[in-house]
Amino acid sequence: MAETATTLPPAQRAPRLDMKTLLTRHGAWIALALLILVNLAITPNFATWQTLNVNLTQVCTIVIVGVGMTLVIATGGIDLSVGALMAIAGALAPLIFLGKLFPLPHPAVGIALAFTVPVLVTAALGWFNGWLVTRLRIQPIIATLVLFIAGRGIAQVFTNGNLQVFNLPSFQFIGLGRIAGIPFQAVLMVAIVAAAAWMLRRTVFGRQILAIGGNERAARLAGIPVTSVKQRVYLISGLLSGIAGLIVIARNSAADANLVGLGMELDAIAAVAVGGTLLTGGRATVLGTLVGALIIQLVRYTLLANGVPDAAALVAKAVIIVLAVWLQRQSHR
Amino acid sequence: MNTTSLKIFQGIGRYGVLLALLALIVFGWLRYENFLGAFNVLSVLRYNSMFALVALGMCFVIITGGIDLSVGSTAALGSVVAALLSPYGVLPGLLGGLAAGLAVGACNAFIITRLSILPFIATLATMLAASGCALLLAENQSVSVSYESGFTELGQGDLLGFPIPAWIVLLAYLAGSLILNLTSFGRTVLAIGGNEDAARLMGLPANRVKALVYLASGGLAGLAGVILAAQFGAGQPIEGVGWELFAIAAVVVGGTLLTGGVGSVGSTLAGVLLLGLIFNILNFENGLGWISLSAYWQSVIRGAFLLLVVAIQARLSMRTEEAA
Repeated sequence: MAETATTLPPAQRAPRLDMKTLLTRHGAWIALALLILVNLAITPNFATWQTLNVNLTQVCTIVIVGVGMTLVIATGGIDLSVGALMAIAGALAPLIFLGKLFPLPHPAVGIALAFTVPVLVTAALGWFNGWLVTRLRIQPIIATLVLFIAGRGIAQVFTNGNLQVFNLPSFQFIGLGRIAGIPFQAVLMVAIVAAAAWMLRRTVFGRQILAIGGNERAARLAGIPVTSVKQRVYLISGLLSGIAGLIVIARNSAADANLVGLGMELDAIAAVAVGGTLLTGGRATVLGTLVGALIIQLVRYTLLANGVPDAAALVAKAVIIVLAVWLQRQSHR
Repeated sequence: MNTTSLKIFQGIGRYGVLLALLALIVFGWLRYENFLGAFNVLSVLRYNSMFALVALGMCFVIITGGIDLSVGSTAALGSVVAALLSPYGVLPGLLGGLAAGLAVGACNAFIITRLSILPFIATLATMLAASGCALLLAENQSVSVSYESGFTELGQGDLLGFPIPAWIVLLAYLAGSLILNLTSFGRTVLAIGGNEDAARLMGLPANRVKALVYLASGGLAGLAGVILAAQFGAGQPIEGVGWELFAIAAVVVGGTLLTGGVGSVGSTLAGVLLLGLIFNILNFENGLGWISLSAYWQSVIRGAFLLLVVAIQARLSMRTEEAA
């Protein structure tokens, strides 16, 4: 895949352009193109601004969380806590701008704090995940399971499980605002994807992430600061989860600690897997995660728009995940 | 470090969960009236039987070095199938739920052993598929069971003064323990988790054993679904969310390593009861009136508990490594 970042330079092999190579290397892009073509043919009103916006807003939070997940998975880890962290950010922000935590000198201060404090808190919790993984050497799946279980509980305790309703356009811009007709959250998503893709391919930090995922022992012996790189990666994942949590509550004009980010860890992992990132680490593509999320969303949209019940779309999603990962395996044999 | 203290550390690692469970029970017994009364004990056992079954399957899967994320929605599917078949009698309901679970398990086994896809991602996919099937079969709502056929006895009934679901759990764990420790199948399960390549090179049927383990996990989850339907009088397509992670937590608290190769069936049961008792004790504590902690605290406490256990385990394994 063209944008795929690997630890090794591409092997000097004779270029083979047979069908199989094409299908397995660029499968995700081909699938996305096919889906769009099929929809143009069968789904009424597909080629409209509204359809684009609907689908973009559906994938935004998944992609933003998925970018962090891609980086974590690239180091050979996993982050199950993302959904719970979204709930924490989503619970904290209204508490702050509604002045329930502490009195606010000025509403603008509340809004500024509502954007920064929740994200900093989830970033800190993400760093805590990284600390568990690196310092206590707990496996990532268990280390992040702790916050998966406790995190949502913390958010529910903060809000006593109550729904927090609000109407605050200046805060909700992050979820409802538009720039030149494009939803602000989509602009944010594209910016985050571009920044992360650049970072993974062009910066030392990005190469270190991939090196650790490729072979952690070798990376350590080569002098890469494995501990700090991993901690930063989990921190980024926590930070992006916080942003996604803010977007969700802004979109809903309400924060429900029981529901914000529920099941997000699985959606994000699915997008990463379909996008072509190796789940064992060492090979990652941020753009692929975007494409993976778009494929999953478009399949669901196609089925829904053509009268198939949502439950059947779940089954289709399962088939896509298995098929995508299986196809990728074929290309790495 | 000398060998004596190493042995003590290993002993804590092995029996720590039993000691913690015992300590929690003694704490509850001393502090609360009726904590060890028949009503409380039996209802704790009845309620946690579903989680215990799911955790047993998860224990075997984790010992092979794998993971099964599909158990929660498999249980939901099992409960829906069982509820739909319950008008035809106890046995059709029971077998239907079991068969639904086995079917999901068979899908997992096929994807993992034949398509060589990582268990994590394979069971993530079947989790979605099972959930979709459950919603389709139930038409997006809960399916009430038939009360005439006696199906609900499976969840609510007693046998010799002991809840029927608890009997099922007891038998399942007895069988699980015997299979893991006394059969060549059980030894193969442990060998695969220790080192799959080595197990293969020794000529052990790694793929067949792995397939059977996922099949068993699916079947047990289906059975948990049957009990769910019988206990609450309805097949519930959206139940089971997060069960898989609860089961993993219980297995880990029980001292089974997620890297595979080591594990104990009995400690897993202790892990389930430990996590279950936290909720129970929270209720009693609120009943005393000194403090008032909402039900939301239980997940915070469970998470903190899991953290404590894995931190201790991590310390122990570091010490063991240093000593070795």
